[in-house]
Amino acid sequence: MEASKPIWIWRWARPVRNEIALLLRTPSGRIGLPLIALHLFIAIVGPSLTPYPHTEFHLENRLEGPSLEFLLGTDQFGRDLLSRILSGATSIITMSVLGSTFGIAIGTAIGIASGYKGGIVDEVVMRIMDGFMSFPGLLLALLVATMARELEIPLMSAQFEEKVFIVITIAVVFIPRVARVLRSATLTIKELEFVQSARLRGEPGWYIVFREILPNTAPVLGVEASVRLSYAILLASSLGFLGLGVQPPSPDWGRMINESRQFITTSATFTLVPALAIATLVIGINLVADGLREAHQLPKETPQ
Amino acid sequence: MARFFIVRISLILVTLLFVSASIFAMTETLSGDAATAALGQGKTDENVEALRKKLGLDDPPHVRYLNWLGGVVQGDFGNSLRDGQPVGGLVLARLGNSMLLAAFAFGAGVPAAVAVGIWAAVKKDSLIDRLFSVFSLVAISLPEFVTGVVLIIIFSTTLGWLPSSSLVQPGTSPLSRPEILILPAITLMGVLFAYIMRMTRANLIEELDTNYVRTATLKGLSYRRVVFRHAVPNAMLPTISVITINIGWMLGGLIIVESVFAYPGLGRLLLTSIETRDTPLLQALALILAAAYSISNLIADLSYAALNPRVRLN
Repeated sequence: MEASKPIWIWRWARPVRNEIALLLRTPSGRIGLPLIALHLFIAIVGPSLTPYPHTEFHLENRLEGPSLEFLLGTDQFGRDLLSRILSGATSIITMSVLGSTFGIAIGTAIGIASGYKGGIVDEVVMRIMDGFMSFPGLLLALLVATMARELEIPLMSAQFEEKVFIVITIAVVFIPRVARVLRSATLTIKELEFVQSARLRGEPGWYIVFREILPNTAPVLGVEASVRLSYAILLASSLGFLGLGVQPPSPDWGRMINESRQFITTSATFTLVPALAIATLVIGINLVADGLREAHQLPKETPQ
Repeated sequence: MARFFIVRISLILVTLLFVSASIFAMTETLSGDAATAALGQGKTDENVEALRKKLGLDDPPHVRYLNWLGGVVQGDFGNSLRDGQPVGGLVLARLGNSMLLAAFAFGAGVPAAVAVGIWAAVKKDSLIDRLFSVFSLVAISLPEFVTGVVLIIIFSTTLGWLPSSSLVQPGTSPLSRPEILILPAITLMGVLFAYIMRMTRANLIEELDTNYVRTATLKGLSYRRVVFRHAVPNAMLPTISVITINIGWMLGGLIIVESVFAYPGLGRLLLTSIETRDTPLLQALALILAAAYSISNLIADLSYAALNPRVRLN
């Protein structure tokens, strides 16, 4: 029984390795995967690799271009841009990943439950989801983010709290959109024979939902996850740009671009460095999403 | 058709009722109290209390919501907390500017995107097609504020062709200096342009592979006629649904684009109202944006039905 644990891990590792192998066979995957790997690496170890503390002022070196001393140049206070990019990666990536995870998990639960249950419950739940969908995404995010800022959670530091609220904002925007997609997938799956026979066998509802329906939504969920993740980064960085992201002095890629806007004539690097950081991250995710669809021969879809 | 209209419009009304209630509920938690905000520095406990009574703020929330809704139905959105002006007038002035920008972006961008999509499909797998597909990937991946600042760096600070800020004197129309619309419009269309282009290309390639296209070619029609008369109209339908799906995105983009270029539109006013906690203004703007979203979805559905006789409107 000694070997049971590695085998258990092996069972979960194999699909992941298969996916990576499949991805590396597509041209999009070959470019996208390294880009994502680079960003993940920065998110995990970046904050400990910074050449300077990210809040350190070098007032005699303000708005400089790249040099040997400051590899990517400096901002309006002479802070090292490389250090700020490296230490800003963790927050935007964790917030986007967590926000999408919660949004997809709750949205999936609502969508599958509503689709499986059907009838009046389905009708009511979906009308409420439609109601939330009639807000343009960013408007809903702005309202939720502004409202969340007024709340205070006890026993939580302000820096942690604002990140929690951004995660909540992303999740709230995603829930109705994910629920709608998963509901329509469920409506198709629940009419299939294996679900009918499970029902005739007298299996309980939770069994049918978790063991029969959920595993069969995997392809839909996979596509949804990649689309949501890239949109989460756009949303989180847009909130940052509009000043509703992580507050100073923590570095936020979106807010860096906003701050750089007034110095754009003096120093283009100040703007271009965070712009490049956001762009490569989202391009990487979109390329991997394209690669996954190509590898599984799913149709190209457009996100909402 | 008439039935479809009535059903859809009443659905929009129900949606807006829900939207107005959620906007009201969300913004109610905001400033805490309009009376405190309005009195500012000179507030004392007594005059805050008096003003609260005068403004009806001591009513329970549902009464205040119904009062607000009653006003909105009659076109009265209340007064701005900042300068006491009627919100309706403030919003109306900016609404025109935003619509101008959106119409300019849409009018120039959609036909251009369709044209490029057709071009890429006809020249499938050529160098130009590959270039366009790389371009569309980049355009889809960049948030509007990144596209915006990069365009400013290229066309304003480096080349000096276009102004970097779209600020106009209050009271003058942006049309007095049309060049200020160009960069915001390109930024606003970026994502949608790429989606329309990709979709048109993918569908046209599919259509060009069908039997009816082969028949048309075999009966001796010119390639141009086969493409434009037979294949393109059929390839356009999914493109329209792409536009529909992305209208909400574009309205969000408007908020960001106006902020990047300091364009005096609804989006900028919305951000100001959030910063200054101007609740009546925020409520009106959020409601207008949600209404614009519902109405443009209806227009998109109607044009879809008009182009596709198989879609029954009911």
